[in-house]
Formats: sequence, C-alpha cells, structure tokens
Amino acid sequence: MDIHEYQAKDLLKRFGVNVPRGGIAYSPEQAVYRARELSGEKCVVKAQIHSGARGKAGGVRICSSDDEISDAASWMLGRKLVTHQTGPQGKMVSRLYVEEATDIAQEIYLGFVMDRTEERVVVVASAQGGMEIEEISENEPDSIIRSVVDPAVGMQNFQAREIAFQLGLDASLINQATKTIIGAYRAMEELDASMVEINPLVVTGGGEIVALDAKLSFDNNALFRRPKISELRDKSQEDPRETYAEDRGLNYIGLEGEIGCIVNGAGLAMATLDMIKMAGGEPANFLDVGGGASPERVLMSFKAVLNDPNVEAILVNIFAGINRCDWIAEGVVRAVQELELTMPLVVRLSGTNVDEGRALINESRLNIITADTLAEAADKVVAAWKDARSKNGGAV
Amino acid sequence: MAILINKNSKVLVTGLTGRIGSFHASEMAEYGTNVVGGVTPGKGGSTHNGLPVFNTVKGAVAETGADLVIAFVPPPFAADSIMEAADAGIKTCVCIADGIPTQDMIRVKRYMRRYKAESKMRLIGPNCAGIITPGQAFAGLMPPHIYLPGRVGIVGRSGTLGYEAASQMKSYGIGVSSSIGIGGDPINGSSFRDILELFENDPDTDAVVMVGEIGGPQEAEAAEYIRDHMTKPVAAYIAGLSAPKGRTMGHAGAIVSAFGESAQEKVEILGQAGVTIVPTPSAFGETVQKMLA
Repeated sequence: MDIHEYQAKDLLKRFGVNVPRGGIAYSPEQAVYRARELSGEKCVVKAQIHSGARGKAGGVRICSSDDEISDAASWMLGRKLVTHQTGPQGKMVSRLYVEEATDIAQEIYLGFVMDRTEERVVVVASAQGGMEIEEISENEPDSIIRSVVDPAVGMQNFQAREIAFQLGLDASLINQATKTIIGAYRAMEELDASMVEINPLVVTGGGEIVALDAKLSFDNNALFRRPKISELRDKSQEDPRETYAEDRGLNYIGLEGEIGCIVNGAGLAMATLDMIKMAGGEPANFLDVGGGASPERVLMSFKAVLNDPNVEAILVNIFAGINRCDWIAEGVVRAVQELELTMPLVVRLSGTNVDEGRALINESRLNIITADTLAEAADKVVAAWKDARSKNGGAV
Repeated sequence: MAILINKNSKVLVTGLTGRIGSFHASEMAEYGTNVVGGVTPGKGGSTHNGLPVFNTVKGAVAETGADLVIAFVPPPFAADSIMEAADAGIKTCVCIADGIPTQDMIRVKRYMRRYKAESKMRLIGPNCAGIITPGQAFAGLMPPHIYLPGRVGIVGRSGTLGYEAASQMKSYGIGVSSSIGIGGDPINGSSFRDILELFENDPDTDAVVMVGEIGGPQEAEAAEYIRDHMTKPVAAYIAGLSAPKGRTMGHAGAIVSAFGESAQEKVEILGQAGVTIVPTPSAFGETVQKMLA
C-alpha cells in the first residue's frame, strides 16, 4: 500500500527526520491560507498523488505570490497527472501540500528496501540525489552506497555514520545525518514498511538536513497489525476496478485488454494471461479466485470482471486442488443466469471433482463453451471473442 | 527415495485442529503419509481424528519422533510456528500460509542461522502448495492423484501451475520423483537453487522441471547453478510474460522491480545456461518428453 508524501513526512517526523513545515489544502483558497501560515517569501505547491516524478508532470510549483499559489492550485486540483509511474490514465489530484521553500545546497538519495538476495533490509544512498535511483544506477553507479541491516539488532549508529561519511558530508553534519538515517530505518521496521525513499534528502544552505520528498510503501501482509497505517489508504489513487475487487476480498489487477479472466492460483493466473496473449487476445485483468472458492465467491468474481466496461469475453480456468470443480461450476451457472451474461464464456475445469463440475455445466444448457486444456481454452476464448466482435461490427 | 519426503517421514501437523489443518491431515493420511500427530497449544493430551495432539512441537517430537512439520498456522502466527519447529530439531518444515509479513520472514531466516548446517531445519515455503513424492507421501494441499510416480523432479513457485505441469506430464506417461512448491513469497525458505541441488544429488531423479515466474533473483541464481553444476537436464517455464512492470501479480513476490526480474529476461538467462525452455504453460508434457528422448 502506498501513501501520500505529506503522510509519509508526518510519519518520518515522528521518528526524528527533519521535514519542511507545510499544510494540506483541498482548494485554492485553502492553499493561499496555508502559505500565509508558513509566512515565507516563497512556498511550494505540491500535488498529492501516489507517484513520483510529479515535477515533470507539472505537479510541483514554486510560488511567490497569492495569485501564483491560487493559479497553481486551480490548475492541479481535479486534474489527472500522468507520470511514467501512473500509466497513461494518470492519477487524480484531490489534495495539495503547501510547503515552505527550502534553500538547497546538496541533494542526497536515501532509500531502504527489502533486498531479496540478502533477505534483509538494505540501505541505499548516493550523493547524486534528485534523480531517480534507476537513473543513478545507470549514470553514477559508483556513487551508490549499500549497507545491510542485521535484523537481530537493527541498524546501528556506526552503519549510519559510515554512510554519512561516504556521502562526503561535512563533519558538522554527521550527527544530524546519522539521526536521520537511523530514524528512517526505525520507521521502516516499526511501521512494517516495505520501502522508504527520501529523494532528495537535502543539505540546506543553513546546514540543516531535511527530507524534501518522501515515499513510504507498506507491506500489505502486515497491515493487520498496523491499523493506523491502514487508515491512510486513499482509494481515489487506485484503479476503481481494483478497489471494487479488493473491497470484496478478491485478488484482482486491472489490465488494458478485452478478455476477462477468472483463475485459481497466482501462477496459473499469470500463465493464463500469457496464453491469451499468445492466442492473439489481450487480457482485461488478473484475478486469482483463491483456494476453496464457494459458488458465491465465483459469482463475486464475475461481478468484479464485468465491472470493467471493456470486457467482451470471459475465460474461467480452474485447476482444482483445494478447490472443487462442482462448486466453481455452480458459481459459473449462477453468474450466467443472475447476471444475464450474453458475451462469450469459456470454462476450463480440471482437478478435484472435475466430472461433477463438467456435468453441472452441460446440464445447465446455457451457452457456455467448455475446454479441456489451457491451450484449448485460450484459443477458444480468443476465437469466440473475435467472432462476437465481427458479428457486432467491431464491438460486443 | 526421492527428496524431502517419503513413506517413512514422520509428519507432524501444526494447526491440526483447525478446519484446514484437519481436512488436509486426513487427505495426507489417506494417501499413505505417515501422519504421527498434531500440535495445537492448549489442546495437548487430547486426540483429533485419532491422532495425538500436543501443546508444543518439542513435546510432539519427544513422543512421536516426528521429523517433518507441515504448518497450517494462519499468517500472523506462522513465523513463530516455523521457529518453534526449527528449535525442536525438525528436519523439514513446510509452511502453507499465504500472507506472512516480510519482516517476520526476515526474522525467521535470521533466527535459523543459529543452527549448525547439519542440524539446521530446511524450510519449504511459505505460501506454497507443499511437497509430494508420488506413490509414497505428501505434505501439502495438492490433489495427489494428478502425479504419476516416476523420475522427473518438479520445483515451482506456484501450486496450480505445478499441478498443470504434473498432469500434462502424466498424460504423456511421464512420472514425478518429487514435486516441491517453494512458494510465491519474496523471502522464502528454500530457493530454486537449493531444490535443484537436492534433485541433482538424488539417484531417483533423472531430470527436473522448473516452474518460475516474474520477480526476484532466484531464477537467475538457479541458472548459474545449472550451468556450473548440474548434469541432469532441466526444463523451465516462466509465468508472467504479459505482466506489467511494478505490479504485484497475486504472489507477494511476483513483482518486477529490478533488471533480470521480468519473464523475458529470466527466459533468456535460463536459456543461456542450457535450460530447455517450456514455451507455453500448455507445453510442459510435450517439452519434457522431447527433452527426455
């Protein structure tokens, strides 16, 4: 789960990381008011969306008058900002963060990630901040400092100090930098974050170390023990198709194609998308219906898939282990009847209770295309989709 | 003999008295697995479906001589359960739970380092379908009848995709020595490389099928091991060719976040290491047959 910059800064501040003063605004008037509270000559208006690279998309503006603030805020609010991280559909700006302007002397990159090779938290830092870490590793690979944290004792002061010295910071800044690095690490550990990124961490002209931007992502599997973090979820930043599915406990990811998919198991679901693509179609979604799926859950999955208006055909692919093909079939039959499904539907069942499942589908006498193998299922759904398209003059 | 589990393995089920543990323990026993008991704290001394229940893993080991634990413990408590098994001298622990916090797994891996190599427990999973030696025993969720006993090993992240591989192989008359699910989490107990090494050293295995997916460094690490150390042929399928970058595809670990983690890159790396690529998830049977010919 991602949160907004202002929320990340608020959390980091509690762990001793310095952040610029600022306030949240939902309207241009409020933005101007926030700037007055800060009472500096300049302020920065920052669009709050779950994405980096906001500056290039016009989402960060330095302002020196009320008019400028008001203009910037009017332009941003209600706009969908498109960055290389948001995808072409962009993300809606509904809140702004108005922050005091910072006098930047040096920009540093500071990140904390769960490293899958080390199987530990790894701190990544570079004196070449301001760029994205991908750019740094491409352009300035030698500037990257890495330090591995032993989970038994957590990050130690000496590790943070080593990083600070390797960054080339002045001796007078080492204590502040150490405190910042340790604080950010503690936030990562104590809040079950999966990633902490402060980019840039800046040294100001006045010799202060300040987090100018901050990004925190959280481990969804740990949210059960972080109820306060869960509250920071902002559904407006999510794909509405995914919000709908997630709120119903389904594991769904929206994609760009027309063929809806209902599969059990994440690996088989990925493989099914691959097969649809190889057969000449485009999948509309990833959906793992999970283990032991009841007919109700299958019906719910159909609703989630059909919640996407681009869906023109559906493929159900089940290899039942803990699932039961007869339950799945019952759910499919109910979905076709209750949702009055008319678009092409291909069902492939295999595994536990497969004969009972297939019998239920056949006895229903509904217009359901069946398949025995994954390849056959993918070919049939793509063929049926193309056929339906041509009959309807291009669209279903 | 195959690997990790056989008919002589003494299997202890933690979370035995729960709905899921109870159901799968019965399935396992029915297949012929030597299930010796279960652990549910507070229910020690009772019996469940004819099996003795213990309060602690140590207590169960003392009474039954159990050497393999299958944990049907919910994610918030799974890490604790794994460490308890490790400390009780269990040889192999299979953890099914999907949804263990990553930091818990980091702690588990750190904790397990306290044991010397010869007394260190092997962890399989979490977030996996389990392990099976067809015709002998299994510890997991899989439908065991889809596996024909034979001489090809399977190692994979995904449960259902592993079923797909096994059942296609069965339809070609190709049997399985053991099938090991290493799970879909970003930090797991055993890697592809670990299991490949076991298969390489197993006299009952002639070839291996690897079922990988996007995300993480373990397929590339496996490729290096195969290139430098494996004499047995390996076939591999990588799921997620059409997965968008930066999205978590169901498995917490199935996310492309670095170079070498996409399906295309993994296929290339494995191909260069001499691995036979299974081009589509429908071609497991056909590809393995050709490789063995």
